[in-house]
Amino acid sequence: MIKFSFVIQDKQGIHARPAGILVKTAGQFKSAATMHCNNKSADLKRVFAVMSLGVKAGMLVTVQVEGEDEVAAKAAIESCLKSNL
Amino acid sequence: MVYERDAEELPANKKVENVQAELSRFVQAQQTVLQNLQKLQAKALQEIGEEEAAIFDVHQLMVTDLDYVEGITNLIKTSNVSAAYAVAKIGEQFAQQFAKMDDEYMQGRSADVRDITNQLLVVLGEHRRNGLHLTKSVILVVDDLSPSETLCLDKSKVLGFVTISGSTNSHTAILARTLGIPAVVGTGRVLPEEQSGTLAIIDGNKGLVYLDPDLATQQQVVEQQEEEAKNKEYLTQMKGLPTITQAGQKIKLCVNIGQVEELPMVERYDAEGVGLFRSEFIYLGRKYFPSEEELFVVYKQVAASLKGKKAIIRTLDIGADKKVAYFNLPAEENPALGLRAIRLCLMRPRIFEMQLRALLRASAYGKISIMLPMIISLAEVQQAKAILERVKENLRADKIKFDPEIELGIMIETPAAAVISDLLAAEVDFFSIGTNDLVQYTLAVDRQNAVLNELADVHHPAVLRLIELTIQNAHKQGIWVGICGEAAADTSLTAQFVAMGVDELSVVPNQVLTLRKLIREL
Repeated sequence: MIKFSFVIQDKQGIHARPAGILVKTAGQFKSAATMHCNNKSADLKRVFAVMSLGVKAGMLVTVQVEGEDEVAAKAAIESCLKSNL
Repeated sequence: MVYERDAEELPANKKVENVQAELSRFVQAQQTVLQNLQKLQAKALQEIGEEEAAIFDVHQLMVTDLDYVEGITNLIKTSNVSAAYAVAKIGEQFAQQFAKMDDEYMQGRSADVRDITNQLLVVLGEHRRNGLHLTKSVILVVDDLSPSETLCLDKSKVLGFVTISGSTNSHTAILARTLGIPAVVGTGRVLPEEQSGTLAIIDGNKGLVYLDPDLATQQQVVEQQEEEAKNKEYLTQMKGLPTITQAGQKIKLCVNIGQVEELPMVERYDAEGVGLFRSEFIYLGRKYFPSEEELFVVYKQVAASLKGKKAIIRTLDIGADKKVAYFNLPAEENPALGLRAIRLCLMRPRIFEMQLRALLRASAYGKISIMLPMIISLAEVQQAKAILERVKENLRADKIKFDPEIELGIMIETPAAAVISDLLAAEVDFFSIGTNDLVQYTLAVDRQNAVLNELADVHHPAVLRLIELTIQNAHKQGIWVGICGEAAADTSLTAQFVAMGVDELSVVPNQVLTLRKLIREL
């Protein structure tokens, strides 16, 4: 299992478009991916769940990936966060 | 024309015999909707752009979202209901979930959920809604439009549209703006049906609908349209030109803004920077102080988005008419003369230090200047400078980068500051004259009292003399001076300010090009 954290820079927070990009990215891997924020958590492969976290600018999110391709999944999700949020 | 849709009731909740058949009906409908969405996405990509087309990508993820799909299939299996009923029921549940969120943007997403739910219902034969067939040009009045419907509007027939529900945050509103279709979204009021087919005017800028407008209103709107066309001409004519008088005096034209969302205005109106960025909004409308990180994120965005142009960020101006509960400020008899702005910052240095630290950190990402409001004495400036130096020291010790050349300026908005501007000029890098407060304090006229409006005259010689004195004293010390109050955009004063030798005028964004035109004619 790998865990990492990220502070959301985008002023709109995780809105529909980046939520979609995140879900598509997480969906490419076999590993389970979960995002934690604000004492809530969401399956990163489910767009409604990710949007329902209501993540806003300046909030810290923690992502947890677990599975056979977790190293690649972590790298992809992290770079996705960096370039879109 | 009023286009009314049948109320969307839940499909009949009849027990079905063949659960398997309903499940496969759902899967087929899902496939059909997915294909339609792919086509819409391609159409949006071609007609408007990648950013807007992305919403149809999100819609595809929504239609295949596991929580949504499992919700529907489980309901079919456990309650023996039709695919249509399950889709409508679960769709509404998800829509409600978004409607209940505390953030306006997310509340607006319930419209996206309803959009995809409806598309499924159309395919399942429950709703008949497949485009409008218009024969003449109309203003469309509808309960709501989904993004997919908006995109498919026949732009040669639809002059504009009015929706009863929906928000300006919705993708529908965003699409309308991008497509250049005048729209008034979310009137909250149903228009009388007998108005259908009569003349109407919609003003998408102000969000107004005129039914049966009289001749005077029609004329007014036509004039307004012409005015806007003229303004557009300014835009094209004045953009890219230097702001310089016939005699060769250069004036820097900047904008006053108070929201990150307004930053694109700098480029749109070809301003030379941000002359006043009010930093209060980050502190308003919340329950506790923003963290240094939150402040930094905003300031960094300001710095980075201006691409080398300068942003003057004014430190906190809370107090007076802008009160925030968590500051726990005592009630005051005369708040305008009370504990506000720099006075509050010096008394509560922790708040001030956090803001300065965030500002300094952001200065590594673009050109930022710091400006202190409501100065009345030399001591205040020196105290603030001492705090700033301390914060810089701490950043150096923490090995955090910032712009060591960052400029510090002050607002001249009290008569005291204007009168001792010779002394103050020796301490700072620039002045910015805040005419609104300068008028209030010089003329002893309360800005909040509408009865006194006429007395609050910036043309009063006492105010103009203080402005002139400030400019002279600044120039004697070799520092530059700007005006950022409302008077900066007052075209009846522009010639006078230019003659006094002002270096910068900072105004509301849509006045920049008007002023440039005027100054170039002086």
